[in-house]
Amino acid sequence: MTRYAFHFDGTRCTGCKTCEMACKDFKDLSVGTAFRKVYEVTLGTTERDANGCVISSCVSYPLSMSCNHCDDPACTKVCPTTAMHKDPETGLVSVDADKCIGCGYCHMACPYNAPKVDREKGHSVKCDGCAERVAAGEKPVCVEACPARALDFGTIEEMAKLGERGNIAPLPEPTYTKPNLYIKASADALPAGAEDGKVVNPLEVM
Amino acid sequence: MQDMPSMNRRTFVKSTGALGALAAVGGAAATGANLFGATEPALAESEEKITWGHCAINCPGRCSLKFHVKDDEVVWVDTCTSKDAGFDDPQPRACLRGRTYRRWMNHPDRINYPMKRVGKRGEGKFERISWDEAIDLAATKLKEVIEKYGNEAVYLPYATGVSATTARPFNRLLNMLGGSLNRYGDYSTAQITAITPYMYGSKNNGGSSFKNAEDAKLILMFGTSPTETRQGGLTTHYDWVQLREKTGAKIYVIDPRMNDSIMGHSDQWLPINPGTDAALVAGIAHYLIQHDMCDMDFLHTYCVGFDEQTMPEAYQGKNMSYFDYVMGMGYDKVEKTPAWAAKVTGIPEKKIEELAEEIGTTKPLFVCQGWGPQRRSNGEWTSWSIMALPCLVGQVGLAGTNNGCREARNSPTLQSLPAGTNPVKASISCFVWTDAIKHGADMTAKNWGVKYVDKLNTGIKYMINYAGNCLTNQHGDINYAHDILVDESLCEFILGIDIVMTDSLKYSDVILPDMFRFEQNSQIATGSNWGYVITGTPATSVKYERKTCYEMCELIADKFGIKDKFTEGKTELEWMKELYEKSREKDEELPTWDEAVKMGVYTREYAPTISMKKFRDDPAANALTTPSGKIEIFSEKLLKDTEGWELTDGDTLACLNTLPPIPAYVPEWDGVETTTDEYPLALGGFHYRGRLHSSWGGIEELKEVNPQEAWINPADAEPRGIKQGDTVQVKNEFGTIELLAKVTPRVIPGMVAISQGAWHNADMSSSDPKARLDKGGCINTLTTHRPSPLAKGNPQHSNICEVVKA
Repeated sequence: MTRYAFHFDGTRCTGCKTCEMACKDFKDLSVGTAFRKVYEVTLGTTERDANGCVISSCVSYPLSMSCNHCDDPACTKVCPTTAMHKDPETGLVSVDADKCIGCGYCHMACPYNAPKVDREKGHSVKCDGCAERVAAGEKPVCVEACPARALDFGTIEEMAKLGERGNIAPLPEPTYTKPNLYIKASADALPAGAEDGKVVNPLEVM
Repeated sequence: MQDMPSMNRRTFVKSTGALGALAAVGGAAATGANLFGATEPALAESEEKITWGHCAINCPGRCSLKFHVKDDEVVWVDTCTSKDAGFDDPQPRACLRGRTYRRWMNHPDRINYPMKRVGKRGEGKFERISWDEAIDLAATKLKEVIEKYGNEAVYLPYATGVSATTARPFNRLLNMLGGSLNRYGDYSTAQITAITPYMYGSKNNGGSSFKNAEDAKLILMFGTSPTETRQGGLTTHYDWVQLREKTGAKIYVIDPRMNDSIMGHSDQWLPINPGTDAALVAGIAHYLIQHDMCDMDFLHTYCVGFDEQTMPEAYQGKNMSYFDYVMGMGYDKVEKTPAWAAKVTGIPEKKIEELAEEIGTTKPLFVCQGWGPQRRSNGEWTSWSIMALPCLVGQVGLAGTNNGCREARNSPTLQSLPAGTNPVKASISCFVWTDAIKHGADMTAKNWGVKYVDKLNTGIKYMINYAGNCLTNQHGDINYAHDILVDESLCEFILGIDIVMTDSLKYSDVILPDMFRFEQNSQIATGSNWGYVITGTPATSVKYERKTCYEMCELIADKFGIKDKFTEGKTELEWMKELYEKSREKDEELPTWDEAVKMGVYTREYAPTISMKKFRDDPAANALTTPSGKIEIFSEKLLKDTEGWELTDGDTLACLNTLPPIPAYVPEWDGVETTTDEYPLALGGFHYRGRLHSSWGGIEELKEVNPQEAWINPADAEPRGIKQGDTVQVKNEFGTIELLAKVTPRVIPGMVAISQGAWHNADMSSSDPKARLDKGGCINTLTTHRPSPLAKGNPQHSNICEVVKA
């Protein structure tokens, strides 16, 4: 049994979305669906003082995230048909389209905005960790696409050496679902659960 | 993706177009097929073939594309990558845009057949014609124009949609037909290209590579976003990420917008009022002078014009040095104290002093600029000022330093299809072609910067717009350009050649269907810290009636009876191989042609480039090509070259009747100091990750996650009742655009930032430009066609505007 995780290096990521578009091409996803998304967190102010000079406390950072293939996935727990399941060998979470009834509970339960019901297809869709590529000894398409080399994928043990488990905003506390996402945080990043750490680009990720 | 049990690939791709999101992988596809019954019975799996290609759009990244092809259709687009690549492994990985090529090559707006205009010019109505008819129309009219007006009436407008060693055959063709009106400069770098030779000479004046900045202790980046301008995996995006991680230097990115290159590292942002970089440099210079921090040995040995001691003889005793400008003894007689600079730049006085102190005490200092600061009405002097900054402290020509220009790029040298010599001498700035159509015969050296002749003899009557969207979308003042282009009595014929219908292509009289460079044999060399060569083969067979640009030229040449002269009996591939062999004669390390084809991507490591090192090491033996042989902080040549020029209000300092011969701060015509009650906000553009200029601007999958937005600070949004995500209109004297609001502290108060390149989308039927609401949000509906004072280049970031809720 080899269980897998993603690594995200927040010090390298520039928010370019190559990961997202590479995935969309490989998985042939059209408008309305993305398995990996890039979130922008921005806070602070940029104002003019009494002299007209610009004073800024602005902080902004990107987070690229797909399904985190959690140890304790919220989506599988709420699935009424067991369509959403965690592979016992790899730990990758995916949808059995034949079993899925498109109820959307997984979408509502997931704290990471991963599954979504594709109404045209009539079932839930999400990142499967490029299970076929991984089985063939490759890494997920998004990881191999990153121009900044900010993503990685490997065994949980290897990825855990590269960062901390799901520890930055806008993510919830990692204790909730135990995500297999290990993060090297940038200087700007706020801790997971921080109230200020809001997503400011909802149009781009919903 | 290997596992597609119920659909063969061809069906899969076809059904994608017809049914949108139907197709997907594995079990999902099986379900979809059952639900919709849209697929044919399963056929035997056909072989997947892999071909290499390169991106050819106007980005020096020109990254690798690895096409997975089945049944003559591209099924997905990979890139040069590998699962275990380390941070330092050179892989020219395609950016997000490269990964969407499958959407573009199969786009419903793809041009598949030759067409001729059937409506009014610019209306966008065309009908399919044969190649014979298309070439006949284009060639007959070309003959007519040359006979009636001369070759000076023929023009190839600036167009950058395609780059490869054999991608510019039209110059060659026209040169063989007697030539065409030349152009100088480009829309990217007009102002800095014009001013740099005055300061550093015309040769060996380039910057250092980012690799050299690793040794710096302080890095100043003026108006640049290496990640957004060149996004691939072995170009400046990657180099920037590498630099940040490897250098011990403190980094400042000086920009009115917290650009994406700063994300995650917000302490590096030093916000500044747009167009005021020269004032910041003057304020820093004042502090350095007052605190004896200038490198006077360097300034007196390597430079002229910093102070009286090195002024050219004719200008001594006139308080015309940069020192006199800064200290308030010359020119406008205003002392450029940090307090003065604070008022102009919006950077607090104390911060300017701290920064000056750091600059005066930290070595090596790496000063670099993007091309945003120079793409302004005062861009020549802004870029000159930034170049002067490292000179003040002698931080040029040494390890870890830069001469203030943009970072250097390395690349193997490949020869291109020979263009021959243009018999026409006259040359205009690439930005002023609209005026050359309208009143070319009035344009002279002294009023419009016509070069190599005193004046033009005729207006432009015939244009070949190959792979370009600069007729409208990427030009200044689209409404002005439109009114000129639609008048068929002015420019009589426009031959348009492109991949998809663009806003510019709509103005064509005849359209020819082009092919992507990865649909044909193609080769390119490029690079940044690393260099690379990509050698591509056709991903698919030729679809519909598309042809290569070389074949198009061959057909036109045949009409003029010069086909053999044009081809020299060679196909484009034969040219490519021959040119490559010539390149290999000069660079034996290059692989053989067959090896290059097989490997697809060839990479090469380069040592750090240290700008102007030879000059620093021995300034006498390696004198610059300036008149003094030194760095000129005062340029006598600039005054001589522009003697008698007709200047327009705002072109220069109020106290001068010449252009400034020093790197002075000139307030912009339309900028932070010249906003009005009607248009109280400055407006500037920036490069957007979702497009490269206007390329990819029609790809829905990219638009969805890279929406067209006006960045506006909460301090400006709130009084206007504008909230995040609202639809707003941005307007000024040139027109009105509609787009979404991004209310963010990532842009300074008083400025609106809009990504350039969005596809213009307006009903142009009204004669009133202000009634032509551009719902595409193209910033060039709001930019000027007035050229900058010296370069006669595009000042597309110098604008003012008002924003209202739609």
